[in-house]
Amino acid sequence: MNLKLIIQVSISLLLARWKQTLVAAIGVTFSIAMFVTLLGFMNGLNDLLDGLIMNRTAHIRLYHDINVSKKQPIDLLSPESQNFVQSLKPKNQRLEIYNSAQIMHAIKQDPRVLGVAPKINAQVFYNVGTIDLTGVINGIDPDEENRLFMFSDYVTKGNYLDLKNIPSSIILGKGVADKMAANIGDVIQVTTSKGERMQLKVVGFFQSGLQDLDKVQSYCSISTTQKMLGVSNNYITDIQVKLKDILQAPAMAIEYQRSYETDAIDIQQANSQFETGSSVRSIISYAVGVTLLIVAGFGIYNILNMMIYEKMDSIAIMKAIGFSGKDVNRIFIFIALSIGIFGGAMGLLAGLGLSNIIDNIPFNTESLPTIKTYPINYNPMFYIIGAIFSIVTTYFAGYFPSRKASKIDPVIIIRGK
Amino acid sequence: MTHSHKEVLRAHKITKSFHDPMTVKVLDDISFSLNQSEFVSVIGKSGCGKSTLLYILSTMDTDYEGDLYIDAVLMGDKSEKELARVRNEKIGFVFQFHYLLNEFNVLKNVMLPGLKLGQYSEKEIEHRAYEKLKVLGIEHEALKMPNQLSGGQKQRVAIARALINDPLLIMGDEPTGNLDKKNSEIVFHTFQQLAEEFQQTLLIVTHDNEFANKTSRIIEMQDGKIIN
Repeated sequence: MNLKLIIQVSISLLLARWKQTLVAAIGVTFSIAMFVTLLGFMNGLNDLLDGLIMNRTAHIRLYHDINVSKKQPIDLLSPESQNFVQSLKPKNQRLEIYNSAQIMHAIKQDPRVLGVAPKINAQVFYNVGTIDLTGVINGIDPDEENRLFMFSDYVTKGNYLDLKNIPSSIILGKGVADKMAANIGDVIQVTTSKGERMQLKVVGFFQSGLQDLDKVQSYCSISTTQKMLGVSNNYITDIQVKLKDILQAPAMAIEYQRSYETDAIDIQQANSQFETGSSVRSIISYAVGVTLLIVAGFGIYNILNMMIYEKMDSIAIMKAIGFSGKDVNRIFIFIALSIGIFGGAMGLLAGLGLSNIIDNIPFNTESLPTIKTYPINYNPMFYIIGAIFSIVTTYFAGYFPSRKASKIDPVIIIRGK
Repeated sequence: MTHSHKEVLRAHKITKSFHDPMTVKVLDDISFSLNQSEFVSVIGKSGCGKSTLLYILSTMDTDYEGDLYIDAVLMGDKSEKELARVRNEKIGFVFQFHYLLNEFNVLKNVMLPGLKLGQYSEKEIEHRAYEKLKVLGIEHEALKMPNQLSGGQKQRVAIARALINDPLLIMGDEPTGNLDKKNSEIVFHTFQQLAEEFQQTLLIVTHDNEFANKTSRIIEMQDGKIIN
């Protein structure tokens, strides 16, 4: 009963000054809308930039690095003593991963792993007339590469499955293709580092968004690459592992390195600068959003304060006819909260609408072939944070004016006239 | 007859001082009691402390020495919330200015203390509010906003509001002080009618001797003391 009465009184006070109320609510609406839009846009951009690298990068990469032997013969002879060996050179060893088929099979069984894709890294020259362009051909399994690393997103022309279906085929990097003036259906010639020559049919173009990469990199199927290099069909230089939880990568890289006796690098180590960049951008967007909300909070504080000065007489009267200080306090808290909830809800809707508009603005750039519009992240977390923050700020904005209202001494007001 | 002599309010040695800028005793050792269905006026020159006394008796001012009993209950050790409840339930207040809430219509203004008390349902309170307005002859103004009424009408609405919870005691602080002669008469007759027909206890502070002379008992104050 009492609560109902407090709500009735609050609503009457709100409606009596509906213009002020609306201004206060619009302040909240604006800041919440900007908050969710800003965060959505910032994070959409973050996801885009991270995705540029993260999507294309294995969480753990197993490979065989060219290194000097960690154990020199002298160590076996006198393991107790401190041995100094100078001018060590790496020995001629194969780049392939030993037992690659068994390792891949074992990793696939690991429940933490989303998928495994093999890869061969081959140094080649693209022959253009009399000129040889240096380049890299990646031998891949097109199906797995697409499933784990969204390969098809980056094949801007042609079909990536042709790599598998057409023997001796190649998907050329856009930069390479431009230099060679090659079109789909053309046959090009490459020379491997060992001097082998091979004719390959162009079935598509590849554009990663990183121009330096597109100028050297091309893709063939695993078997074509093996044939090109003249190696057996179990020759693999890299095993790319994608995990269910990217955060486990560093620990698992160490584990794999130990158990399979290869080198392993995790994504955090390979691309640490991206982590830093995105967290800094997030902090900035949160800071701006929170500032907006606090400014809106001060707006509400001011309006409630003014309302209390205007309503001094009414408050005194309500106290004289039997409303306690607590009742008056509740009335003003209710007013603040209803401004917050109404403004906040409107703000969330406006933010969603604004995000949607941004999401539909065309955004075409050479380097990002898959992106057609500005990126937006519709993470519900931003909306939840916005909603909670709007209520918390308005509560505190209402708290002090309400306390002041509840402490008004009716005698002073009534006798003051 | 014994019923009508029930003690409604008793002040025992009430003393109040203002300390700013220097200590001045505004009320000095005030003791008196008020029985049911008495129509009492408090008179005195301006500054004699009669309004101050009224606000202490109404429980709104708690800064005093001495004891105040309302309905034989000591007010001194009650909390702010309990005092609000006492005002709501047992005291009806009529001020010099009408002090209606402009955000509500006349009916809602009258109903508000009733809704706060929560003793009856909203329907019933509305019905009772109409009855009170009828007693005061302004039931046809029920749905107007306070600022559409004349001064006399507003004051009668304020009286209706004071009556809504059937209070033990109605207090008035110069309730006719801001009205012309005709409206003053109307308000006085309303009080008189309440006293005679409904045995309502009334304590009215006034500086209008004519008004006071028509009441059943006059308390005269001077320099913070009751002299008569």
